[in-house]
Amino acid sequence: MDWIIPAVNLKLILPEIVVCLFAILILVTDPFLSKERKIWSAHLSWIAVVIAFIANIRLWNLQEATFTNMFLVDNYATFFKFIFLAGSFLIILISMSYLKREEILHGEYFSLILFSTLGMMLLASGFDLVVIFLGLEIMSVSLYVLAGFKRSDLASNEASLKYFLMGAFATGFLLYGIVMIYGSVGSTNLGQIINHITSNDAGSNLLIWAGAGLLLVGFGFKIASVPFHMWVPDVYQGAPTPITAFISAGPKAAGFAALLRVFLFSFTTIKMDWTMIVWIMAALTMSVGNIVALAQSDIKRMLAYSSIAHAGYVLVALVAGGETGVSSALFYLLAYTFMNIGAFTVVIALGRKGQDNTKLEDYSGLGSRSPILAILMTIFLFSLAGFPPTAGFMAKFYVFGSAVKSGFTGLVIIGVLNSLISVYYYLRIVVLMFMQAPVTRTDNERIKVAFCAILVLIISTWAVLQMGIFPQSLLSLAQASVSSIF
Amino acid sequence: MNYVYLIPLFPLLGFLINGLLALSFKTRSDEKIPGMSLVSWIGCGSVGLSFLTSITIFFKLLALPAGERVVQKIAFPWILSGTFHVDIGFLLDPLSSVMILVVTGVGFFIHVYSTGYMAEDKGYARYFSYLNLFTFFMLMLVLSNNFLLLYLGWEGVGLCSYLLIGFWYEKKTASDAGKKAFIVNRVGDFGFALAVMLIFWTFGNLNFTSVFENAPQVLAFGGGLVTAITLLLFMGATGKSAQIPLYVWLPDAMEGPTPVSALIHAATMVTAGVYMVARCHALFLLAPISMGVVAVIGAVTAIYAASIGLVQNDIKRVLAYSTISQLGYMFLACGVGAFTAGIFHLMTHAFFKALLFLSAGSVMHALAGELNMQKMGGLKKHTPVTFWCFLAGTLAISGIPLFSGFFSKDEILWKAFSSSSGHFLLWLVGVITAGMTAFYMFRLFFMVFLGKSRMNPHVEAHVHESPKPMTIPLIVLAVLSVIGGYVGIPKSLGGSNRFEGFLSSVFEGGHEVSAEATAHAPSAEYLLMIISIAVVLTSIFLSYRFYIKNPDIPKRLAAKYKTAYNILSNKYYVDEFYNKVIVNPLLNLAWFLWKKFDVLVIDGTANGIASLVKWGGGVIRKTETGYLRNYTLSLIFGAMLILAYFILR
Repeated sequence: MDWIIPAVNLKLILPEIVVCLFAILILVTDPFLSKERKIWSAHLSWIAVVIAFIANIRLWNLQEATFTNMFLVDNYATFFKFIFLAGSFLIILISMSYLKREEILHGEYFSLILFSTLGMMLLASGFDLVVIFLGLEIMSVSLYVLAGFKRSDLASNEASLKYFLMGAFATGFLLYGIVMIYGSVGSTNLGQIINHITSNDAGSNLLIWAGAGLLLVGFGFKIASVPFHMWVPDVYQGAPTPITAFISAGPKAAGFAALLRVFLFSFTTIKMDWTMIVWIMAALTMSVGNIVALAQSDIKRMLAYSSIAHAGYVLVALVAGGETGVSSALFYLLAYTFMNIGAFTVVIALGRKGQDNTKLEDYSGLGSRSPILAILMTIFLFSLAGFPPTAGFMAKFYVFGSAVKSGFTGLVIIGVLNSLISVYYYLRIVVLMFMQAPVTRTDNERIKVAFCAILVLIISTWAVLQMGIFPQSLLSLAQASVSSIF
Repeated sequence: MNYVYLIPLFPLLGFLINGLLALSFKTRSDEKIPGMSLVSWIGCGSVGLSFLTSITIFFKLLALPAGERVVQKIAFPWILSGTFHVDIGFLLDPLSSVMILVVTGVGFFIHVYSTGYMAEDKGYARYFSYLNLFTFFMLMLVLSNNFLLLYLGWEGVGLCSYLLIGFWYEKKTASDAGKKAFIVNRVGDFGFALAVMLIFWTFGNLNFTSVFENAPQVLAFGGGLVTAITLLLFMGATGKSAQIPLYVWLPDAMEGPTPVSALIHAATMVTAGVYMVARCHALFLLAPISMGVVAVIGAVTAIYAASIGLVQNDIKRVLAYSTISQLGYMFLACGVGAFTAGIFHLMTHAFFKALLFLSAGSVMHALAGELNMQKMGGLKKHTPVTFWCFLAGTLAISGIPLFSGFFSKDEILWKAFSSSSGHFLLWLVGVITAGMTAFYMFRLFFMVFLGKSRMNPHVEAHVHESPKPMTIPLIVLAVLSVIGGYVGIPKSLGGSNRFEGFLSSVFEGGHEVSAEATAHAPSAEYLLMIISIAVVLTSIFLSYRFYIKNPDIPKRLAAKYKTAYNILSNKYYVDEFYNKVIVNPLLNLAWFLWKKFDVLVIDGTANGIASLVKWGGGVIRKTETGYLRNYTLSLIFGAMLILAYFILR
């Protein structure tokens, strides 16, 4: 019997289909799994991610739109999907032992991670503001639930509620922006918008400008840029640690995927010069993130502010614009995914049931208690601070380099001063780990790290060093990804 | 030849594995050194495999027609930034193939020797990991196809030298010597780094082939720029190859384990400067002034170090000064345009000096670490293998006909005399140095192996020949020291100088300059040869009179010429001079900058800014109230600002 393939090219959305089907499969099968076998859901979910990754590889170098031009597969989207899938894969691995330890191992956790990943993938591929909105909501709603997944923990509940309320509020701005743009262009398709802007005198059209401004607010919330960053510390601190790592990696990158595409492709700077406002946002985001991180005493909160600061660095790349700017942003987000997840993995490894051990003084003397964990943490922190030969250094180097090339030297000076400040709080942990005696504590037993977490540590370390020492291969991949959006 | 990357890769893997083993052993505290045989196999095996690969590649290179023996292999691009492009790339040509053979070959035997020599050391795995790391960097240095990678190897071997000199770091003198070597080298490396930057600034490129090909067009012959570049390069070489004025670290470097002295401070690393000058001959030939400087510094260093060697009593220090002196010969050769002769001497010197050091190590092994030659003597009957090997090395370094040193040294002397940029005085200095060399080497030989025993009686009771892992490398190197010169028998002696023929494609430019050498009659070459042989034999005879026949002559001479003796035995007071004129003023300046400038001005500013920033962090942190209403307010506030900006543009 012959199958008639429908008009929609299914191959293009195969990764999304795989992720979605597996997410549903997990939801359906989970109630029938006995308590000892709940871990099967986790295995199903990473298998889904791996299959989607492979399906995604087959889309490399393909440039095709489908669903009446609403869904675009190009190298830009494909590259971002690699980041999301890699991030989700690592998060699933570190979640398994964490959930077991906290005794909250339920299948829907993994299902929600998959759904959230699906949302991110739609964000990257969306060529229509409606699809982008859809992706954003699929991603965010799953995250709201995940942030409150430790149901018995008040902090987790608080994080979830705050995240949800603020997120809903910001989504309102985004939606309103879309409406305004639709009102003036008559379409939500990015291609139509750029046509409209270039063919008309859009500079005087207030509606489009207002719409762009509201979109910037909506995306600014997702990427946690100042002044839309207030939710970040509370949510990061309260959410289960793997989810904190997840929020800081994938969804942030997804927010950037949509932001970069919409602003650089549709609101082309030649017609609409919005660089100044993003310049200010970038400067503020870097400065506030780094300066407040100095005053933190909890590592999750510190990493939350550090994540705000890193969003600022990526905004510098958006200001720089052009192919070098965007490719450096992609490289940065890839590097950040690995170094950040790596650091969070160490944070998780130090926790106990019901006791997260996320105070900075919990890191005193880690160098003597568990030298390998301490060395790996040092590598990740060095990378976050931007020391060679790590990924963080090369990423900053490319971002700042592209900004200098586009003539934004002032912003780069602010950025470099900021990374100087950041060195203080990153290295403070290194100092605590290696140069201070451990605090006297009751549970001085050996730190046991689960096999999956070890795997994540190995992958992240390898990636951080690979991108720091031989950045060329991944950078050229990022460079090959950006030509399609210009 | 596609597998050239394997040559440095094996030692790198060896380093990684042995380094990890060294780390994991450290946590245990058993009496016996764990995993020793594994470490030995990895350490020696990795270098042995590189040696085999090098041999294969050498013969493949030999099979190519003479004009095509330049092969570049790019492993991968290393740095790409704008127009700045550097590859991890390898350049295989006759010059680098000779160097890899010397490094891996001599290196392999020294590794084997070390398994015996270091057998009772706690840091056995650490030692081998350093030694492998050194081999890796040295191979990168000689195989590199660009200046930056060369510089990487250059710094890498410097690092390993530091680590290995200070290997017994609990000993203050050893760690001090390591620091001294590192700091003195830094002075030279500074020049080298400047040279690399100048080259990039001039050529926009760091690749050897393209720099050397473009050099004649870009740089004016004898111009200021090329002179500056070459002098700065040579400054780097004086540091690494221990020439005046930066030689002072090498005698102190003898604090390291003896195989290290043999490998790093005799056979390979210290010759890196000679290799670099030879590699850059295209630039040096454009700068006659620099060539003159190289030749004169080489000659002066040769005679200067040899004169100090005459009166030293520490067996390893004699050899150290001898190394400095022999390196001077090599630079003398390069300075007169005879690069082939320089590299030839580099190779033969690697054989016989490694042999001499390893033999000295064997002597120390026999005498429980004794270094003072005054407390040796008559070792011949106790350690026959070492005796014969040492004799072979001594004959080779003294330039006795038919031994390897004779051919290479004589070629240098002949070129120093006959080359268009040579000079009679350079030759004369060379011959006198040859005489001194023969004198102090035989003095050493007589005092250690012949004559009456002056050993401490209870040391003498335990004197023994070294174990097989140590004697076999000695025998191999002794054979090489004897026959190593036969690849370069000069034409005047009926040979065909195959070595020169092999290297000629690299040094075509150098050949032209020394082409006039052939204009001199062969009779002149014979005459010079006979003179130098006569000087050497006389010196040996004198040495025999002084130290075997009439052992009290030296004492009487020392008493009679007290000033001269004191100057020599105190090494011309150069260390003291450096301390007074350079080190102490620098220390004072540093103290002032630290206490006055740094603490007050710099730290004050930095701490001030830091507390300001921290205070700011505290203030902004207060906005983080935890109340949703404040958060939404901030969001709305931001949204309004953006909208206002966009609308009111």
